[in-house]
Amino acid sequence: MANLKDLRNRITSVQSTQKITKAMKMVAASKLRRAQEAAEAARPYAERMENVLASLASSMIGQVGGPKLLAGTGKDDIHLVVVATSERGLCGGFNTNIVKGARAKIASLIKDGKDVKIVTIGKKGAASLKRDYGSRIIKHFDMSHVRRLAYGDAGPITDYLLASFEAGEFDVCTLFYAKFQSALTQIVTEQQMIPAAFDADNIVDLGGAAYDYEPDETEILEALLPRNLGVQIFRSLLENAASEQGSRMTAMDSATRNAGDMIDALRTTYNRTRQAVITNELIEIISGAEAL
Amino acid sequence: MAEKLHFELVSPEKLLMSSDVDMVVVPGVEGDFGVLINHAPVVSTLRVGILEVHSGDAPDRILVRGGFAEVNPQGLTVLAEEAMPLSEVNREALEAQLKNAEEDVSDARDDDQLAKATKVRDRLVEILGVLDLAA
Repeated sequence: MANLKDLRNRITSVQSTQKITKAMKMVAASKLRRAQEAAEAARPYAERMENVLASLASSMIGQVGGPKLLAGTGKDDIHLVVVATSERGLCGGFNTNIVKGARAKIASLIKDGKDVKIVTIGKKGAASLKRDYGSRIIKHFDMSHVRRLAYGDAGPITDYLLASFEAGEFDVCTLFYAKFQSALTQIVTEQQMIPAAFDADNIVDLGGAAYDYEPDETEILEALLPRNLGVQIFRSLLENAASEQGSRMTAMDSATRNAGDMIDALRTTYNRTRQAVITNELIEIISGAEAL
Repeated sequence: MAEKLHFELVSPEKLLMSSDVDMVVVPGVEGDFGVLINHAPVVSTLRVGILEVHSGDAPDRILVRGGFAEVNPQGLTVLAEEAMPLSEVNREALEAQLKNAEEDVSDARDDDQLAKATKVRDRLVEILGVLDLAA
């Protein structure tokens, strides 16, 4: 039988754990609000950018010699998988889910005989991918110094991707991140970045008129496509940040609740044991008195 | 002029401006152009310059850098990588930054640092150049 002192210690320790998870939940909730605002504020830009590019791209379809970022290299041999995760743990299934999605994609690409290279953003994903695909990781971006995500933070990643694409190090680039839907649900999203893919629905109806381009279409496309890559990366990082906080909030909420349940159960055991000890002592006294 | 042009100014971080105005003068790469209501659809990239928003009294002048403008039947959308109202631009602060940036360029120890510092410096030089013209 567990003795009383042990039980008391257990209860105190679970109580202090509960305090921590509760505080983490609160912090995550306030960070989530900020991250969510940032993600929403960034949406108009990314959407407009996509609209313009979609209409530009549709006018370029079928033309030979379009920019490589749009048309691709014409090959499909080397795939680059960019996996964006968080820098910190304790956020439920957030990192695991993203990595799981990326892993499935990588495995199926390898099965199809493609060469796969991996770029990781954020420590957590890198750590768990390193075990199986360590040799395939060609670059890691550390985001731990970033406190508040600014557009400039996506710059190095974009520059690196563009440079290695120019150098012919990969043909197709896919990005994995978690799209924020609510604090409860985050959707792991796979987005093809290079060659750029667009929704045909996004094209703005001009009512029969055609766009004038200044300078010409090709030059605009060449200027816009790299910029679009940066915007897409920035947006996915923002979505990721919001998702991470949402996921952490939910995880910490249930951890707090579990700790509460545990404390209740421990307290019941504690009280029962205490009562048993008292009863025992009484029996000893009474039977001692009777024996006289 | 009864009808007004719907104008939106967006940066990657947020929607900066969304309102109905009389006219906007956009600094395109091939020259400034004014946009009124019912302008023909145009897509143009921007150079570093001053965007003028005319609506009633004195025009609002906004410094924009990088990006493009799109005119469609719904109105004008300017997507700028950087945008700040001219009234908020602090010349001394920029010059101090430029000085720092130039020191960074001369202090750079490897190519990575040099590229980064040069980028920062060039940006400041561009902005200051525009300010000189505007003054």
